[in-house]
Parts: sequence; C-alpha cells; structure tokens
Amino acid sequence: MSTGAAGERMGWVPAPRQGWVAPHIASEFPGLGIAWVEVDAKPGRSPEPVRQRLRDLSDRTYGSQAIRLRERPIPWAYRVFFRQIGLDPDRTRTPVEQLTLDRLHDGGFRSHGLPTDALNVAIVETGVALRAFDAEAVKGGLCIRDTAPGESLAGQAAEMAKGTLAIADGARPVGLLFGPTAEGLGVEKGTRRIAVAAVQVKGVPQIAVEEALWMAASTLEAA
Amino acid sequence: MTTLSGMPRLLDQTLHGPDVAVDEREARLQLRRQVARLEAELGALFGEAFGHTEVPHRIEPLAAAPRVLDLGELEVVRDRLADRVAEARSALVERARVEDENRELVERMLAAPQDFKWVRVSREDLGLHGCGHWHSRPRLGPLGMLMGWWQVKVSSGCPLAGRLAAVEHQVPARRAEISETRQAGLRT
Repeated sequence: MSTGAAGERMGWVPAPRQGWVAPHIASEFPGLGIAWVEVDAKPGRSPEPVRQRLRDLSDRTYGSQAIRLRERPIPWAYRVFFRQIGLDPDRTRTPVEQLTLDRLHDGGFRSHGLPTDALNVAIVETGVALRAFDAEAVKGGLCIRDTAPGESLAGQAAEMAKGTLAIADGARPVGLLFGPTAEGLGVEKGTRRIAVAAVQVKGVPQIAVEEALWMAASTLEAA
Repeated sequence: MTTLSGMPRLLDQTLHGPDVAVDEREARLQLRRQVARLEAELGALFGEAFGHTEVPHRIEPLAAAPRVLDLGELEVVRDRLADRVAEARSALVERARVEDENRELVERMLAAPQDFKWVRVSREDLGLHGCGHWHSRPRLGPLGMLMGWWQVKVSSGCPLAGRLAAVEHQVPARRAEISETRQAGLRT
C-alpha cells in the first residue's frame, strides 16, 4: 500500500491506495494503474450542494468542448488506450466522453444520486475514469489483470474469454476494465462503505488521479 | 574453421532464441505508439472538420471485451486508423477546394450579377459560421427583370432573438384571434 503524496500534503485522510497490475500486463501497458480510496458513505439522493454543482458543471459544458474533448490530453489518453485494447471509443465511450454526450443529449447533467453524482463531478472536472464498488464486498486490494480460463463475472452466466482485462480483488474479477461490474460488488442499497477506484493509463498524470479521487471522496464524505 | 562450425548454432539462436519474444513485445509497443500518434491526428482532423464536412472517424472494434491485442491485431488497428486519417485529410482538402470555388463564385457574382441570375450562395457554402447568403436578384422586382437590372443582395444574417420571440408570440395570438372570429361567426 502506498499513499498519495497530494493527499498527504493536503492532510487528506484516507490517502489513496495503489493497486497492482499483473507484470505481463504492466510490461505491455506502461503507465497503467489502479488506485482507490474507501469512504464511509451510503447510496442515496444527492444533497442540494451536489445537485447545484452538477447544474454549474452543465452551464460550463458546451457542444464545442465536446467536439474538442478528444484533443485534450487526458481524454485523448483514454481514447488511445481503448484503441490499444481493441475497443472503439466511438462505440464504447470513455467515461468523460459518455458524460459529456449525455450532458448534450439531456440538456444538463442529470442527478442519479450518490455515489454516481460524486463520481460524475470528478470525472467531468478531471477526465479521469472512476468506478465505485462496495468496499465491504471487495476482498483485499484491487488490481488489474487478465482473466484465467473459466472465470466469469458474478451474475453473468457466460465465461469471460481468456485474457480479458478485468479489475479484480484478491479472490475474483469485480468488473471488466471499462465494462460492467460483477453482481454484488457494485454499490447497492445496503452498501455502507464505498471504494472509489481510478483507472490510470499512460498519459494521465498522477496528480489528476489523486485530484479525481479526492474530489469524489470528499463529495461522498460531505454528503 | 571454428567460425564455420559455430554458424549453425548462431543461426539457430538468431531465429529461435529468446530475443524473438522480446522483439515482438518491442514491436507491439512501437505499434501502440503509432496508434497513439494516429489517434491524436484523427482527433485534430475531426475537430477541424466538424461543422464543415463529415470525416470518417470510426473503426470496427477488434474485441468485444478489453484484452491485450497481438501484433497482427495491433497492425490492423494501426492500418485502419491510418486509412481514416488519410480519408479525413482528403475530405478536408476536397471541402476546402469547394469553399474556394464558392468564394470565387461570390466574387464573380458581385462583379457581374446579371451573369448569375437567381444564384444563391450561403455563408455555410464558404465555410463561414452564422446565417446569411449572397443572392443575385433583379432590382425593383419584375421591372428590373425586364430591364436587366440585377444586383447581389447580401442577407442581414441570423434573425435576432427578440424578433424570433416576437414571432413565437404572434403566432398563438393570431391563431386565437382566428378562432375567436370563427366562433363569433358561428354565433351570429
């Protein structure tokens, strides 16, 4: 476990924890990483300050920004990574692009309650890809690895193809990398502690990852 | 003699030795760098073309789920991206050519409106933002048409928000007025 320098500097507790990446995956994708932070928080309706923040973000997000988004360093880095792992970022959208498109489609960032709103604010502000898990259901730390033969996501009947990139805990895959979350590991009604995870790819600075985690966690803590 | 006897072993090492795997990984990393560069180029071209012309920017996904692509698959991604970049560039060049032609057309229309009767060129045709157009029309209507007095009218641009709002108010008011008149007519 390593601590985030920015978090420590700001006296922010808890500091982000750094997950591991399978060595053969890390050698193929230098810069790939996962970091997460755990917060005591429950899912529910977003308080007014969070909804106000979404409205402010809506006012600051325009169509022209959406067009030029792919030229900004962090969204571009995720697009490149999507290409490199066989996905088309114009079909399977990167998180920040999906949110920006939703904003244009819906006329504003709609509130989906916590923790989604907290994550969305941080994703739009920083461009970093974030995921939320039920921290009490996650066994051990998070990591990025490829799946072994016979492994499948909980709640899905089909086995995952060998070599599928997944986020896993000490026991099993908890979700596809930039894909669905396993059943029982996402944030649900009974969740009392939330793990907010950031997937870092080459080109995304560490400071942006720490800022995204700090922003999401502090929003959840304040709620 | 020693060199010759060692040659088969040396050849065998070169072709099947452990270095081959390392080279392939290096090749994959190189291809990923190329993919990154092409994606940046395509993104810039997409942004430049937006609103002027459509550029092809989609490529078929190679995998249903994320995974490490092998050398051949990375080459396919790289080649498809390179194709899209080339297509986007040629689409932009073609669009620029059309806009230049339209610009020249407007200049010729302004110089001799009578040679371009009823021709209308919009700002969009010139790659300009906003509403408006150049329209070759007869001065003083039918009289100008008979006398051959032609001119290029430049429209005044987009309707103002106030004017649009006024129209929006006018239409329901007019409908209500017509409805009232009809009802009054029925009563009498």
